Amino acid sequence: MITFSNISKKYITPHGSIPALVDINLSVPKGKIYGIIGKSGAGKSTLIRCANLLERPTSGNIIVDDEDLTTLPPTQLRQARRKIGMIFQHFNLLSSCNVYDNIALPLTLSKTTSTAIKKIIMPLLELVGLTDKEHNFPAQLSGGQKQRVAIARALASNPKVLLSDEATSALDPETTETILQLLKNIRDTFNVTILLITHEMSVIKTCCDFVGILHEGKLLEENDVGEFFAYPKTAVAKNFVTASFSTKLPLNITQHLQNVSSADTHPIMRFYFMGDAATQPIISQLINQFRLRINILQGNIEYIKNHAVGTLVIALSGNANDLQNALNYLTSLNIHTEIIGHVPNNVIAFSE
Amino acid sequence: MSQTTLLLLVSSSLQTIYMVAAASVLATMFGLPLGIALYITRRGNILEKPRLYNFLATLVNITRSIPFVILMIAIIPFTRLLVGTSIGTNAAIVPLSLCAIPFIARVTENALSEVNKGLIEAATAMGATTLQIIYKVLIPESLASIINGLTLTVISLVGYSAMAGAVGGGGLGDVAIRYGYQRFDSVIMLITIVIMIVLVQFFQFLGDWVVKRISHR
Repeated sequence: MITFSNISKKYITPHGSIPALVDINLSVPKGKIYGIIGKSGAGKSTLIRCANLLERPTSGNIIVDDEDLTTLPPTQLRQARRKIGMIFQHFNLLSSCNVYDNIALPLTLSKTTSTAIKKIIMPLLELVGLTDKEHNFPAQLSGGQKQRVAIARALASNPKVLLSDEATSALDPETTETILQLLKNIRDTFNVTILLITHEMSVIKTCCDFVGILHEGKLLEENDVGEFFAYPKTAVAKNFVTASFSTKLPLNITQHLQNVSSADTHPIMRFYFMGDAATQPIISQLINQFRLRINILQGNIEYIKNHAVGTLVIALSGNANDLQNALNYLTSLNIHTEIIGHVPNNVIAFSE
Repeated sequence: MSQTTLLLLVSSSLQTIYMVAAASVLATMFGLPLGIALYITRRGNILEKPRLYNFLATLVNITRSIPFVILMIAIIPFTRLLVGTSIGTNAAIVPLSLCAIPFIARVTENALSEVNKGLIEAATAMGATTLQIIYKVLIPESLASIINGLTLTVISLVGYSAMAGAVGGGGLGDVAIRYGYQRFDSVIMLITIVIMIVLVQFFQFLGDWVVKRISHR
């Protein structure tokens, strides 16, 4: 439905040209949600703005609904844009218009009659749950409500494609969750294709079918979301995945953490369960095979599209030899582990 | 106060109101589009035309830098061409409008630059034409600001219209100079000042009221 073929974008500055996007190829199948994740400055914004030519790529083609946008003359480009809805981080609603008129904007632009507009808007207001806010102005709405208005506005022209430019980045986690559910719901009801950009892994986890990692203007890897979390390929992807699991250890442990081990310290380890590792009974092996004692400090396993992925933090206790053997064994299993540090014996209790 | 003085004050007040109103309407008719042109042609905006922008901006600056009293006299041939005379209320409207046009243009340009660029982007993404962006986004969003600027202009025009009075333009300024100053009639002087104050207060109140009605921030 959306295809980027060999898209490059360079910004010309007095100090030379800066590549913002480098040879991007991606395609989003009809009715799917594709999320692009990357740090700030990775080129995400440029990429999504290329999808409706708010930003013209230096080279390459953008094909939306079998139409190559890059070759269209201005009038036809405007027509094509009416079939591409877009929502923004800061909502971009007209403060001078009420909710109804804001949603009606794309329709008044295409000169739809006011009776036809009413027929379109009423169900949309219901869909986004703002029927009672019809006459309110944006200043009277919360962030989540504003984004709902913006979503309704984006849907008013019955688009085939929806672009979301960090739509939940200005919202609190709870509101983010409801907006993402709404997007999924919209995809299911209208079968629209959604391309979104975000810097939050939680957005990808919650609502995307496919994910692409953008790093320094390059699309490093793309995959089905479940596969991506289970088997990240590149280092950048692994970082994103592991960072999304890591929860902070409590202060009573972190304040005693030291880098070196000694006779009276316990190692603290973090396991990342991704792919096959998640299915192996590692803990029981550590106990039975290496006679270690284990204290579970923290854990979190999630199921993303039928893949168990997550993290577990444990403290280990045993004789030095067994410990070393256990670590060697874990390394040989190709399980992603790290030793966070070592804490003195008195910090963590191991029942004898 | 004699009946004649009262009549004089009433008719000169009406003349002032007429001059200010006519000049405001004319100046807005030309100043508003000029302001919009300045905004859209500026570098980085929707109809970027640096050369045209520089030309318009220079024109505006030149007109703004000429003091009103001098402008009024300097354009006498032009005024004659338009209204057939260089004396009287109608003649005063020409320089009054001319000096308010660049002011309104700049005020409009400033008001438009306050509009969030994200809104223009959103409208572009919806397939809006440049004209639609101006009418459906830029003007509605900056209207309160523009009205504030227009109020400012109208009030300045009340002051300028008094200056026009000094050189035969009629209105309250004319009365204040001829009766108040040249005949040492301090009562008349005082009354004209009070009427001016009332006029200014009225225009300010009117402007604020309109802004309050249309503002939804």
